[in-house]
Amino acid sequence: MSRTRIRVLGAAGLAGATLLALSGCGKADMTKQGSPFQAQGGAKSVTLSTQTWVGAQANVAVAKYLLEHELDYHVDTVQVDEIPAWDALSQGRVDAILEDWGHPDQEQRYVKDKKTITAGGGNGVTGHIGWWVPKYWADKHPDVTDWKNLNKYADQLRTSESGSKGQLMDGSPSYVTNDKALVKNLKLDFEVVFAGSEAAQITQIQQFAKQKKPFLTYWYEPQWLFNQVPMVEVKLPEYTDACAEKGAKDPSSIDCAYPTTPLQKFFNTEFAKGGSEAAAFLKNFKWTKENQNEVSEMIASDGLSADEAGKRWVEKHPDIWKKWLPEK
Amino acid sequence: MTAATPTASPATAPDQPGALQAALRSRGLRKILVLAVAAAVLVPLAHAKWSSGTWPSDLTVDLTGPLGRTSDWIIDNRDSHPLFVYFLGHLSNAVVISVRAVYQLLLLLGWTGVTAGVTLVAWRVAGVRIAATALLSFAVSGVLDMWLPTMQTLALMIVAVVASVVVGALLGLAGGLSERLFKILRPVLDTMQVLPAFAYLLPVVLVFGIGVPAALLATVVYAAPPMARLTALGLRGADPGVLEAVSSLGATGRQRLLTARLPLARKELLLGLNQTIMMALSMAVIASMIGAAGLGDRVYQALASVDVGAALAAAVPIVLLAIVMDRTTAAAGERMGADPVARGPKLLRGWRAWAGIAVLTALVTAAGRLAGSTVWPSGWTVAIARPVNDFKEWMVDHLYSGVPVVGGTADWAAHFTSWVLDPLRDGLTALPWWGALLIVAALSWLIGTWRTALTATLAMAAIGVLGVWKPSMNTLSQVLAALAVTLVLGFAVGILAAGSKRLEAILRPVLDVMQTMPQFVYLIPVVALFAVGRAPAAAAAVVYALPAVIRITTQGLRQVDPAAMESARSLGATRWQTLRQVQLPLARPALLLAVNQGVVLVLAVVIIGGLVGGGALGYDVVTGLATGDLALGLVAGVAIVCLGLMLDRVTQPTQRRTTGKGA
Repeated sequence: MSRTRIRVLGAAGLAGATLLALSGCGKADMTKQGSPFQAQGGAKSVTLSTQTWVGAQANVAVAKYLLEHELDYHVDTVQVDEIPAWDALSQGRVDAILEDWGHPDQEQRYVKDKKTITAGGGNGVTGHIGWWVPKYWADKHPDVTDWKNLNKYADQLRTSESGSKGQLMDGSPSYVTNDKALVKNLKLDFEVVFAGSEAAQITQIQQFAKQKKPFLTYWYEPQWLFNQVPMVEVKLPEYTDACAEKGAKDPSSIDCAYPTTPLQKFFNTEFAKGGSEAAAFLKNFKWTKENQNEVSEMIASDGLSADEAGKRWVEKHPDIWKKWLPEK
Repeated sequence: MTAATPTASPATAPDQPGALQAALRSRGLRKILVLAVAAAVLVPLAHAKWSSGTWPSDLTVDLTGPLGRTSDWIIDNRDSHPLFVYFLGHLSNAVVISVRAVYQLLLLLGWTGVTAGVTLVAWRVAGVRIAATALLSFAVSGVLDMWLPTMQTLALMIVAVVASVVVGALLGLAGGLSERLFKILRPVLDTMQVLPAFAYLLPVVLVFGIGVPAALLATVVYAAPPMARLTALGLRGADPGVLEAVSSLGATGRQRLLTARLPLARKELLLGLNQTIMMALSMAVIASMIGAAGLGDRVYQALASVDVGAALAAAVPIVLLAIVMDRTTAAAGERMGADPVARGPKLLRGWRAWAGIAVLTALVTAAGRLAGSTVWPSGWTVAIARPVNDFKEWMVDHLYSGVPVVGGTADWAAHFTSWVLDPLRDGLTALPWWGALLIVAALSWLIGTWRTALTATLAMAAIGVLGVWKPSMNTLSQVLAALAVTLVLGFAVGILAAGSKRLEAILRPVLDVMQTMPQFVYLIPVVALFAVGRAPAAAAAVVYALPAVIRITTQGLRQVDPAAMESARSLGATRWQTLRQVQLPLARPALLLAVNQGVVLVLAVVIIGGLVGGGALGYDVVTGLATGDLALGLVAGVAIVCLGLMLDRVTQPTQRRTTGKGA
């Protein structure tokens, strides 16, 4: 028995030493590792990150279609949450993020300090976060669209999850939200219930709408769901720079509305400086909220695949995308 | 603690004589007495020092600082530190190269070659029926227009399973040969299995970046433990008589291992392989959250656009792959012991069969390449997304509310939340922390030894120390409620299935699908039916844990000695009496195992519940991953491990050490 053990341990030691010897023979750059499923050598390829919201998928769908059909690239897409996507971008696993909603910490670390990521300018769409109620409900109670009157309606918004308070529904944990602080600082009789993912939140909103039930939800524009479920924004205390500054120091003190954010593109620095057609094209990529929603709705509401939706939009709007193509 | 009741009674093995039972009972009383005395001394002290009911803040450790610094260090040094450049980088490269090699091979074979090869191998090792299943499965994944993602997943799975088997077998070998290593290994394996995959996705991503290497390593961590466990079990369980005989023939230690112990353990080894494959496949979707590509990625992307139909189209090939691999390895295990004649005609045995398979596969591959494309022909596909979505809409419209008499699913969910989940959560949160520790200590001590009680209590205390007492109590309430539903349904269906062969046969494919269907697919329908919150999380957990409980219950009841049942019947017992007084008591170990598996599986889905509004620890883990917050995600993950350990000790009577230091 003991002899066996010695042998086994010896063998394990030998195996470990072999691995060390093998791996010791050279440097391995962690930033230079492609996906095993990439196209065969020689093909030009780009990797784009798509986030879980449909607007981001719409950007990628159109960019992918044009890269593949106009510029002959092979395009890989990777679905990751925002912060891991920044990390992937800095490592070169992903070449571009086409829609970022503002991550000052990450920008500081990767764009300013490490310089592994390069800002790519706006994508033309302006994002806005806020609180929304369904139009069918706001029509009946017009004063619900001001936060000062929300407590009056807390009763109607009660669910089994929010208990004795009204329910304010939030979405994915990766989204920028101050709702807990807002509810506390504005002394609202509400409980923030996190749906946990955008998919769950959309499903719940659709369900409420089908029943014509009142609800209050954290939501954002541009978003295709507005076409299906018309919603009215609830006015929050006005956004000011002073309030934003206070919030930057202590997030729990925020007591004003969310800012409007021009959505930004970010590129891996090597990719951006590499002078490829793809980089030039993605830098030029810039459209409008209406354009994006057109694609988003095809994907999310009409049940088209992202590729198909991208194709249809491209076929319909050559005037818009022709300007994005790099000059030969 | 409603859910613990099935097992809370003092441990009494059914075959022990009455006198010992009485002694055990009084021993249980003695244990309670000791605890009561300890409580009487300690509780006033604790109360005087920290008078709060929740965990005192003096007794917590904040890990945010150190964990945050760790993650910063990794990000800053990832591209330069020798550990990464000379070791982890190569590991990552090796993964990419091997997965790429397998993927290229699969593409080279083309759809004809892969389908033919897999079908022939299944025929060779498992028989005609399973070969037909394999053929059909690959055809279906092609028809669903999922050929390329299926090949990507297959490539990843092949490499992951090989790696898991190698790692698991080495660990198991060590544990099987050395008592001391076995003792060290057990808690490690426990942790690997209970730690929610979500919790270590983040550290893995930090080190390897998103992509295939990270996904593969996370899969190995998850899938290697069953192989290790079963290898160790097989080696330790080898018949001492045979070993004695081999030694007396003068075999050395290594000869004994290779000629006797390993061959004797081959059934366990194959079962280990089988389990590893299933675990690896169940990680396919979760790993897609860190960029694993393939089928899982299709499921995950479909979830983001709330498209159940598209998610199902990608999930069906996963389920089929799992069923084919499960059946093939299971059948291979069964055939191993059978005599050669039963294995079919001579032509299908030995090297000749393998050579035949190779030649035939090559021929079919060539034919496929000559005929045209190597990927599935695009004309031969069927789009199922639309009809599936329509069906889901129809179902939700008709079940959500206003169903006569029984009420709609939304009403059930609301009632379940306010009548079961809320009181349970409020009760557990209001329970003073020392009270919770006492209950855990008492329960685990009553059915185990002081060691298990100590582990359970320490695990519970660790949750407090980590500063996540409140969310943990919330999670615990969800687990207990879901577990109660799972056990009630599972035992009921299991008992019915044990009584009827036909029902069992009908149930089998249903259970297969429930077990292998990625949870992400049914999250959306579950939310549509039960509204956002803790109720859909509980429902998802029940769906996931139910099959295992039903299976183990059925099997346990089936294995009860027929003679005992016969004698009961001959004494005039009704079917109900036989069940209650003979079958159930004799199947007690199996039922306890079912409870235990229920705990583990329910706990695994609690994390996923974070995605549909389950809140608490699951939400923290998901948030940690989404926001790159190592401290938040990892601490919540560790708390889940602690909950798992505690529940395991409270529900599993220890047979390991019944004599000696107990009591």
